[in-house]
Amino acid sequence: MSKGYNFAYLDEQSKRMIRRAVLKAVAVPGYQVPFAGREMPLPYGWGTGGIQVTASIIGRDEVLKVIDQGADDTTNAVSIRKFFARTAGVRTTTRTPEASLIQTRHRIPETQLKAGQIIVFQVPIPEPLRWLEPRETATRRMHALGDYGAMHLKLYEDIARYGRVTTAYDFPTLVNGRYLMSPSPIPRLDNPKLDRSPALQLFGAGREKRIYAVPPHTTVKSLDFEDHPFTTERWAQHCARCGAGDSYLDELVIDDRGTRRFVCSDTDYCDTRLAGTGGAR
Amino acid sequence: MSGPLLEIDGLCKAYNGRPALIDVALDLWPGEVLAIVGESGSGKTTLLRCIDGQVAPERGAIRFDTRAQGMVDLTLLNEARRRRLLGNDLGYVHQNPRDGLRLELSAGANIGEPLLQAGHRHYGRIRATAESWLAKVEIDPGRIDDLPKHFSGGMQQRLQIARNLVTNPRLVLMDEPTGGLDVSVQAKLLDLLRRLAADLDLAIILVTHDLGVARLLADRLMVMQAGRIVESGLTDQVLDDPHQPYTQLLVSSVLQL
Repeated sequence: MSKGYNFAYLDEQSKRMIRRAVLKAVAVPGYQVPFAGREMPLPYGWGTGGIQVTASIIGRDEVLKVIDQGADDTTNAVSIRKFFARTAGVRTTTRTPEASLIQTRHRIPETQLKAGQIIVFQVPIPEPLRWLEPRETATRRMHALGDYGAMHLKLYEDIARYGRVTTAYDFPTLVNGRYLMSPSPIPRLDNPKLDRSPALQLFGAGREKRIYAVPPHTTVKSLDFEDHPFTTERWAQHCARCGAGDSYLDELVIDDRGTRRFVCSDTDYCDTRLAGTGGAR
Repeated sequence: MSGPLLEIDGLCKAYNGRPALIDVALDLWPGEVLAIVGESGSGKTTLLRCIDGQVAPERGAIRFDTRAQGMVDLTLLNEARRRRLLGNDLGYVHQNPRDGLRLELSAGANIGEPLLQAGHRHYGRIRATAESWLAKVEIDPGRIDDLPKHFSGGMQQRLQIARNLVTNPRLVLMDEPTGGLDVSVQAKLLDLLRRLAADLDLAIILVTHDLGVARLLADRLMVMQAGRIVESGLTDQVLDDPHQPYTQLLVSSVLQL
């Protein structure tokens, strides 16, 4: 642990302020709580929101896992993991079941989360109504009045034009039957994992300075029509490494002749299955 | 026979101390078409906005016979209660269809939006309803997936009317629905409105400064000047035998061809 920094980088007053926002967010599931976002030593869009939430709730005996698009070994994940190893001196891991705190960008781990675990999402655009209404005053009013009918228009337009809903990520959800929530740009496949998850789910948006949360065992319903129910994406292939048929697959071009290979985006899940210890713990 | 659909009493509204509505009172019965005429700045649009809740009046009552709870004074409701009680009882047709439509979404989505607001969640039924309403307002149902910004002005206005009527309101407020349209398109739109009002037993408050439009559509006519109602009565009666000097001026200034 390097000297000269407060524990987990942020000063105690900032952490306290962010914890208050987190508590309010947990109390009102799906509601976006504004907070005084701090400058972090990385640019907006790289996870400043998630990193502030993590810094505020991390304890000395925490075991931290950081993933970016499901992978533990990408630049962003490695840097943020190193950042907390240096400034907080916490143990880190790549194994999902061993982590007590997981910071993620664009994925939820394939391995089912347990009670007691906390997952922190990095969110670029916290407002699901933004595409429909550019004014913040107007979208807040829509949230206050539960004025969400227009949100289905996007689904309507997709079905009218393409015969199916084409929104593949950041698929809008209704939390606890009340607030419309952007699940951050996770693939549609991950949306069902949000629903009644035993883990605490926190969302931090650094640029937009909003925190929201889904407490454990809270309903998270993806929007749909009665005659066009919500579906997740399917692949014709299985993972080329571990053979998993139920995970989110990345399509990789592996040579100059355009040969493709599909592998799990969740590297820990894939490695665990390869090691033969079984992924579904 | 039930009572009036809308009762307005002693309605006053001023902008920065400048009166826009002075002691306005009116009754509207179910299925009645009421035209409000008067020059620009006489308070016609302010009156509509007060009824629609876009503007809060300083004094007076606006009682509306809601489907949910009977007579309710709209001026006493906050936005959330207003929406719950009023539901889809009230529609508002803007003068400029661009204000009442989502131009970047298809025609079908524009008609479907009020249905979605009202809680409908069945794609097939919403689409079928949108198609039938396009036909009712004389737009080719084949254009259901086209964007309204590619429609002509008259089509946009008809689309806006369909969007307002799809949820079966009891009262529709119209602010110069024929303004900005050329004469032949205007005539077609007026025919359509007259037919729809009769078929749906719809009450309409129509704000216009075109006396011809008022004569064609309205059962009753009210003349406004400087925030006051100066004359009211049956449309033909007011136009053929105007009593007030201002009304006489208004009627005599219509160009005769």
